[in-house]
Amino acid sequence: MSVTHQDMLQDLEPAPLWKRLGWFDWLWAAAVAAGAAWAWRLYGGLMDDYEVAILAASSAGLITLGVLWKPMRAFTLVVAGLSLFAISRYGDAGQAAADSDFFLRFLLSSQSAIMWMSALYVMATVAYFGALFSGSAFTGKVASALTWSAAAMGLSGLMVRWYESYLIGADVGHIPVSNLYEVFILFCLLTSLIYLYYEGRYRTRALGGFVLLVVSAAVGFLLWYSFGRGAHEIQPLVPALQSYWMKIHVPANFIGYGAFALAAMVGCAWLLKARAERRNPGGLLARRLPALELLDDVMYKAIALGFAFFTVATILGALWAAEAWGGYWSWDPKETWALIVWLNYAAWLHMRLTKGLRGAPLAWWAVVGLFVTLFAFLGVNMFLSGLHSYGEL
Amino acid sequence: MTDTPGTRPAPVSRGRILLEFLGSMNLAITLLVAVAVASVIGTVLQQNQPYQDYLIKFGPFWFEVFGKLGLYDVYSTAWFLFILGFLVVSTSVCIYRNVPTMLHDMRSYRLGVQRKSLQAFHLKREWISEREPQALEEWLARLLKSAGYRFRSRRDDDHRVLAARRGAWSRLGYLFTHAAIVIICIGALFDGNIPLKLRVASGDLKVETRDIPASEVPAVSRLPVDNPSFRGSVRIAEGSSANVVFLQLGEGYLVQPLPFRIEVKDFRIEHYATGQPRSFESDIVIHDPQRDQPLEATISVNHPLVYRGYAIYQASFSDGGTGLTLDAWLLRGTSTEPMRIQGRVFESVEVQTPDGPMTLEFTDFRLFNINPVKGPDGRVEQKNFGPNFTFKLRDATGQAREYQNYMLPVEFDGRPYFLSGVRESPAEPFRYLHIPLTADGDIRRFQRFNALLWDDRRVEAVARRTTAAAFAGREGQAAVGEEVVQSMMRLVGHFRSDGFDGIAEQVRLTVPEDKQAEVITAYMKVLQAILGELYLHVLEDEGISPDKGLDEAEERFFDDAVNAISALKAYGSPFYLQLKDYDFVQATGLQIARAPGKNVVYLGFGLLIAGVFLMFYVPYRRLWIWIDRDGGRTRLLMAGSGSRHQQDFETEFDRLAERIEAQIGPRA
Repeated sequence: MSVTHQDMLQDLEPAPLWKRLGWFDWLWAAAVAAGAAWAWRLYGGLMDDYEVAILAASSAGLITLGVLWKPMRAFTLVVAGLSLFAISRYGDAGQAAADSDFFLRFLLSSQSAIMWMSALYVMATVAYFGALFSGSAFTGKVASALTWSAAAMGLSGLMVRWYESYLIGADVGHIPVSNLYEVFILFCLLTSLIYLYYEGRYRTRALGGFVLLVVSAAVGFLLWYSFGRGAHEIQPLVPALQSYWMKIHVPANFIGYGAFALAAMVGCAWLLKARAERRNPGGLLARRLPALELLDDVMYKAIALGFAFFTVATILGALWAAEAWGGYWSWDPKETWALIVWLNYAAWLHMRLTKGLRGAPLAWWAVVGLFVTLFAFLGVNMFLSGLHSYGEL
Repeated sequence: MTDTPGTRPAPVSRGRILLEFLGSMNLAITLLVAVAVASVIGTVLQQNQPYQDYLIKFGPFWFEVFGKLGLYDVYSTAWFLFILGFLVVSTSVCIYRNVPTMLHDMRSYRLGVQRKSLQAFHLKREWISEREPQALEEWLARLLKSAGYRFRSRRDDDHRVLAARRGAWSRLGYLFTHAAIVIICIGALFDGNIPLKLRVASGDLKVETRDIPASEVPAVSRLPVDNPSFRGSVRIAEGSSANVVFLQLGEGYLVQPLPFRIEVKDFRIEHYATGQPRSFESDIVIHDPQRDQPLEATISVNHPLVYRGYAIYQASFSDGGTGLTLDAWLLRGTSTEPMRIQGRVFESVEVQTPDGPMTLEFTDFRLFNINPVKGPDGRVEQKNFGPNFTFKLRDATGQAREYQNYMLPVEFDGRPYFLSGVRESPAEPFRYLHIPLTADGDIRRFQRFNALLWDDRRVEAVARRTTAAAFAGREGQAAVGEEVVQSMMRLVGHFRSDGFDGIAEQVRLTVPEDKQAEVITAYMKVLQAILGELYLHVLEDEGISPDKGLDEAEERFFDDAVNAISALKAYGSPFYLQLKDYDFVQATGLQIARAPGKNVVYLGFGLLIAGVFLMFYVPYRRLWIWIDRDGGRTRLLMAGSGSRHQQDFETEFDRLAERIEAQIGPRA
């Protein structure tokens, strides 16, 4: 034995954090910090203490996210680049530039970027299924690239839309999470990003088609809503929505919705795989879809993620309600449906964690859960009236 | 539990069985689903609406049935609260049964584990090494530490054990989440209206259903001023004040006095350039005997004022008794001048009409009426239709119709009209009467035309002149001419009070069926002729000479006026009320709440979030390494378990095993 006892022990010391970070991590952290400092220099005068704290905390959060999930770094930098470029093209011309400037008109005005996002998501869906059925690794990579590009265009579109809302009028400007059109973009974005995280973590692209199917359906709705109803017009905020809570309540909710949608589609994949294994063990689906245990694990992880964020979102909603409506809980239809969704997944988690149930019942339940979630998200706004219909004060 | 046949089961106490049942997972899941399903009802059926609305919607039978089931206020019915209470009890029992074990588990490293039980683990590896146990143990301890585990070790004569664990905090996640549910429900119980419901049920309190001033509400419907928890609302007009709020309960309300008085100085609505409302704000002043100076504050949506634990919210707005100056244009008579009426919203005025004495009850006034309108280019635009007011017209028998009149003329195809909506009940939409106006927005031409129809003398004169002109040169037909005059008079009489429909009805009753169509055509011809002549007289009175023929606007006006008069029967009111001027007074709707349970609930929220993240994102893992001697060599057994993230734990276990192998060689 040539190693000394001391060598043996040294090998076990965990490397300190700064040694585990690469040069890109440092560059990333520096870029985010510089961006935050720049924002503070430009707008610090208009911000109160809360907002300065929020800026600092969200920069730290973004750096951490990038360090923990590496692709986030390049993604964020690309989105920041595209958004800043678009904003620079608006220049002094204001709103009119959206039609006159080449880059804005065909690429980066929020409307164009969102159209690109829509097209790219649909292409990615096709590519993922192509990769699943052909078994081509290259097609799979193309599909991933398309999804990343779609998400980048979508997020840039939202960023630019945010800026555009201020071009309409200083009092009109607001974060683009205030109506159904905007949150549908957010839904597409978050669902696909959560998916991309699991794709990287589990090193499988076989689930992409399933998940992007939901995203494509949302894109279909978005296009109809935009062309059929003119929903893409930026509208000023009704008084009830003029609150800081909106900025965190809505995105937290959509992490939940996105994760639940993903879990449901993984549930579908589970059911297909299980069926294929019974009927035709040598068939394409049985061979190409990931192992049932892996699907089960992704499904659980997604529901746990969704449940955690949905809990946060619902509580944020209650805190906001206490401030806006005079009570943290009013049994308003939207609130009640949020509770129903929460109870549904709470029951699911109890089934799995405490009763140790696995397999088909949970997969079916996750799929049914999507419909419950969908009703809470869309159905309530369409069919039921209550405080969340912002028609009046 | 398994029962072995033949042996008598140990006697189990009834309490134990009950505890077993209440703490069972099946019950918990059933209750979660039951609460979810029951909650759906209240979202499908709008809650806490006026009982009258439910009665209209469901009819008397189902109204009664649904009422008995409490479906109009599901979330405070006994059966819903029972399910919720059951869930709380079941959760509490789970906590009671599991938490002591878990807390013990958190602290213990389970050093007393047996080799045999480790061998039964799903995840385990064994190795044989030439190295000394002491050196190995030291190295393994470092390994576990570097992997983030805390551990204890124990040495016995023939073996050593390293017991390690990670993420013990995740066990607290269970306690936090479940305790949070109980805490939130208890806190919410403080703030809910269940105590009130119980007091109402016991007869201690009685809801007031009459629409009377707060000062006249009897003591049995009033709550003490020190009531710790309530949520009510009050409407205060600009310039006035209130020191009570009203708590809606069932089909009535209760009065909650406040220890201070709230005065409303001003209520404002600000608008965006596009016309949509941007903010609703009230300037309020709090007059509190405990203060030397009144407290002034401005509240708006999302920005309440919290004063002495009372939170005051901007909740709604309405009219606060706007003064109305009106011109009543008689629709059934010869008068061409209006009658001036002064009124105020929420007040009523007695008026004498051709239909007998009636009461005008003014119910609302709105300064802005912004509605989407499709522009000429097909784009939907927000357009302000200007002020309108709403009133009920009640006759001597108590029957009422509701009207809504706009102050400003509304243009259709470039021609101005006064719009007046009418409906029999609040469930119906308004049907609008369009009164044509001259280009300068004046109603007088219409009024003169309509009044002329009621002037029998002038109608007769015009009829005679027209007939005479038509029959001129035809000898011996005087009798026929007279008949035409009479029928003109009769038709105008029917038309002015019953419209075209009235004439058609008359024909249906008096003429054989096969002749009806022919007769109606003839009548319409005669009617049009006389109405046209009368209209020309109106124009002549205005100084417009009919000799040059009528221009298009004047022709259209005639058609519109005839249509409007024909619709007057359905319109019902004997006059049209034109809004001439108003003195705008608004009222703000405040919601005032005291919620002492709020802090308890927020504590529950904090615990819930902490618990959920602990449970899902702090993986709880245990590892044991058993070291003993086997024929001069060292034998290692590693086994472990990871709850919740089994897949991840397997990966981690494999990685640890690889590192051990790299040190001591391949496994046994």
